[in-house]
Amino acid sequence: MLSTIQPPRYLSRFPLRGRTKSRPFHILSSVQPVTKTAFAADQSQILSIRDSLLNRHLSAVELTHSYLNRLKQTEPHINCFLHISDPDKVLKQAQDIDDKIKRNEEVGPLAGVLVAIKDNICTVDMPSTGGSYILEGYRPPFDATAVKRLKDFGAIVVGKTNLDEFGMGSTTEASAFKVTANPWDLSRVPGGSSGGSAASVSARQCVVSLGSDTGGSVRQPASFCGVVGLKPTYGRVSRFGLMAYASSLDVIGCFGSSVADTGILLHAISGHDSLDATSSKREVPDFTSQFTSASSLKSRPLEGLRVGLIRETVDAGVDSGVKSAIQGAAAHLEQLGCVLKEVSLPSFSLGLPAYYILASSESSSNLSRYDGVRYGNQASSDELNALYEESRAKGFGSEVKMRILMGTYALSAGYYDAYYKRAQQVRTIIRKSFKAALDENDILISPAAPSAAYKIGEKKNDPLAMYAGDIMTVNVNLAGLPALVLPCGFVEGGAVGLPVGLQIIGAAFDEEKLVKVGHIFEQTLEGYNFVPPLITDVGGASA
Amino acid sequence: MASTFFRTIQIHPFLLYPTALFSRRNGVLYCTMKSSQTQTATQEKQQPPKVKVPQHALKKTVDKITRDYEAIIGIETHVQLSTLTKAFCSCPYNYGSQPNTSICPICMGLPGALPVLNSKVIEFAVKLGLALNCKLSLNSKFDRKQYFYPDLPKGYQISQFDIPIATGGYVDLDLPLEFGGGHRKFGITRVHMEEDAGKLLHSGNGDYSQEITSLTSIYSYFSKHTVDLNRAGVPLLEIVSEPDMRTGIEAAEYAAELQRVVRYLGISNGNMQEGSLRCDVNVSIRPVGQSEFGTKVEIKNLNSFSSINRAIDFEISRQALLHSQGQSDQIVQETRLWEEGAQKTVTMRKKEGLSDYRYFPEPDLPEVILTQEYVDSISNSLPELPEAKRRRYEKMRLSMQDVLFLANDMNVAEYFDATLSSGADIKLAANWIMGDIAAYMKNEKLSINDIKLTPQELAELIASIKSGTISGKIGKEILSELLAKGGTVKGLIEEKDLIQARLEIIVYPYERTELNFLIADPVEIGKMIDKVISENPKQLEQYRGGKTKLQGFFAGQVMKLSKGKANPGLLNKILLEKLNGQS
Repeated sequence: MLSTIQPPRYLSRFPLRGRTKSRPFHILSSVQPVTKTAFAADQSQILSIRDSLLNRHLSAVELTHSYLNRLKQTEPHINCFLHISDPDKVLKQAQDIDDKIKRNEEVGPLAGVLVAIKDNICTVDMPSTGGSYILEGYRPPFDATAVKRLKDFGAIVVGKTNLDEFGMGSTTEASAFKVTANPWDLSRVPGGSSGGSAASVSARQCVVSLGSDTGGSVRQPASFCGVVGLKPTYGRVSRFGLMAYASSLDVIGCFGSSVADTGILLHAISGHDSLDATSSKREVPDFTSQFTSASSLKSRPLEGLRVGLIRETVDAGVDSGVKSAIQGAAAHLEQLGCVLKEVSLPSFSLGLPAYYILASSESSSNLSRYDGVRYGNQASSDELNALYEESRAKGFGSEVKMRILMGTYALSAGYYDAYYKRAQQVRTIIRKSFKAALDENDILISPAAPSAAYKIGEKKNDPLAMYAGDIMTVNVNLAGLPALVLPCGFVEGGAVGLPVGLQIIGAAFDEEKLVKVGHIFEQTLEGYNFVPPLITDVGGASA
Repeated sequence: MASTFFRTIQIHPFLLYPTALFSRRNGVLYCTMKSSQTQTATQEKQQPPKVKVPQHALKKTVDKITRDYEAIIGIETHVQLSTLTKAFCSCPYNYGSQPNTSICPICMGLPGALPVLNSKVIEFAVKLGLALNCKLSLNSKFDRKQYFYPDLPKGYQISQFDIPIATGGYVDLDLPLEFGGGHRKFGITRVHMEEDAGKLLHSGNGDYSQEITSLTSIYSYFSKHTVDLNRAGVPLLEIVSEPDMRTGIEAAEYAAELQRVVRYLGISNGNMQEGSLRCDVNVSIRPVGQSEFGTKVEIKNLNSFSSINRAIDFEISRQALLHSQGQSDQIVQETRLWEEGAQKTVTMRKKEGLSDYRYFPEPDLPEVILTQEYVDSISNSLPELPEAKRRRYEKMRLSMQDVLFLANDMNVAEYFDATLSSGADIKLAANWIMGDIAAYMKNEKLSINDIKLTPQELAELIASIKSGTISGKIGKEILSELLAKGGTVKGLIEEKDLIQARLEIIVYPYERTELNFLIADPVEIGKMIDKVISENPKQLEQYRGGKTKLQGFFAGQVMKLSKGKANPGLLNKILLEKLNGQS
């Protein structure tokens, strides 16, 4: 029986709080009668909400109230949001859903689901700053396609989350406005750049959230905050409305407290968009059709699945606690029937420099539009060049300036071949080596980051150390592949330990497999509770 | 302030630059309007050139000096495509609309907006590439050309850099006879697709040779300069020529031929005054016999073919004069501006080294991949192009003057062709179109598509005259009716009772002359002659007394009586018989 599977002995065992404490998630305990089995964090909240709304066990207004309450109590501690929607408007939307249900009208599949949006994704009539001072107060006249689809499905936008300016950073410290804390340990970073989106889901301030992933900006914070992060294949989700950082690498990704939720969320935003020429016209399969509840799983549900552990990701330079958590996860996959072997990607270490050249180059171009002429903060200046120079000097933070300078340099005449062109060649090699590895394996696994969350300020003055932290994730962006990060264990740190994420990489457009494997993995992983203590301490008190 | 500024654009485009709208339309770049739309290079050049070379007294000397140098001229032409919507968004573009009324998040370069290529742009580029005899790149791509300027919303222009869609072509043309005539073939280096920028609207005197960076305060900057983004993102094709031209007239004719080609293809209105066809000219000179090139100077603000011609000739003289005075070091790489009023070029900006545009592949757009089938299908749908038309007309034994006139305007050529296919005589059709019809169009300021006369009726008219059904004189009368009111030749002849004796009535041994005659019935003419003779007994007496010159008097009277319809040959023959008393 699966339920008897215990974490391997060598797995870190810090937070064994799970079952012993009372339900941390107050509102969801009222959902219990619907799902029959006791609610666990590894099950879909979106589906639970839908069930309880349609069965009238819970109203959207009640649900919204409880989230807003928790948000109000936790937000001063973690600072996830750059903008929080007007509670009255949010409750009004919830009321509209309740009214529809009352009238037996159809409601969207995401009706009543509170969603947070990373602030580099445009939302109409709501500030969208990209975490940059240069766009302070900017309100776009349109919704990003992903946001529009969520709204069309009935989701309610609860606010805009903090990020490293324009997505450039791995800690969310590079935001022009505030520093977000990790709900597991308030002295630590939530990761980045989608730190606000990850932390807000971790702190249950919202049900799910959207982030963006250029070099790991969804997966690394998911790992740091103990939530599920899903980076889709490049082209799966429209980038229209996502403020471009590096156009050939950027994707909008999903956060949730379960694989099922991220799968449902991704399904909602996937598909071709006529406003994005790089969005794929491939059919989007229903990722959720693969869901099987824990009780009906076979004994070895992943029998024969070929799993390749990328050797280079568990080498030197990776935290030993992280290594053992990943090995534990690998052992768990084996117990589920997977055939595990190590694979080597010799080009793996080339990914980091190639990534930083390509991403910086594209960003130096993408950020040219922030010139103070048409929108955003404008410096007052005597003449045109000074207007540009001062608007940009004052508007951009130092990390952004550094990357613009690096990118400008790499694209300059005489350097283009040595940097940009060579990095593109490396990219081709990486893409091929991943393709080969994924021809031989169904999925590849690795840590999502070389370490768990580190202290705020720890790497702020050491950009190279921070960049090195992206080693696990950038290759996936260069290859354009989908990857799922889900919590698989803990390392020592903080009051109760710090979560560690397992990265599962799939073949292009095979998100379905990632969601299926992840869903089985999280349902069968016993002994962990990935709800941070903050919720029980702060949120629980209010319950 | 910034967000207000932005939101104003969104909500109330008209109020974006409240004071700018109405007073600043004249200072716009490319907007020095002069000649009317239908003017062509040839027509322009028929005006006497009004070149004021540096000083009039120097003219002769300069001409002499100029002879010692050879000019090397290359042209970069931007053709604005007449697609319904812009290149990368669905905004329409109409020249002359109110500033910032045809803009959207995409062409404004708002955060998060992405370009999606309008497939018509590819189609038009392929058409032009084929028409200019280029080799098409089946795999090309877009690149970003990066620089900062307020009229460039994204901070980069989407263009094509190292793999343009078409390369290595040529254009054939015939110089007008008044400039010596002759056939020329000029090389085309490349054709590539790109997007247009917006327009800076300058207040005040509209003197945009003044660099805007020299303004004194940003406050005054935005009160004096505004940006109109209507044109931002409008598709362009840039055509780069080989440096094959040697004189102003060759350059002007090259540009005129490009205009003809894009109009024949229907990909652009080619209107220079509206900036739909813009030419930047590079000119350098070198002593005759020298192989290396001299320093090249770029000339902008050329709003007509004649200004291309005159600006180049001025520039050649200027450079030659500097050379001959040992001041060739004063010829520097720079951009000069043609001043229409002063008829001279002036420095606009000196080049401070080479600009580095940091081109790199546009990641927001997929590669442009053409299949051979696609190219073939476009190739098969191409209309007959100006050069082919000219060669065909030439083979019809039309004079070069006629050939150039008829092929110059696609609509005229189509009209001519339609007239011929209705069976009209080639030379007569050409004469009518270039003569009376062209004169009518000029007087009424109409294009050939506006006149009421159909090519079929023109053919009918020509046939009626040729067959002798009506005279040339009456033909002209009918023509003006047909031009203004339409109708049919037959209808008008009957309505006006202009028709005369049917040819089948003629059983008369007299030979018909080549002249046009109408009343060919000898009985009828005889009756009129009898009438005239009987009414003028005095003149008859004088004639019979030996004053035979009076035959002309009688003939005139008969002609008058017949309202000009009598066949003069027949008339004289019968008249003579009657006067000589043979009847």
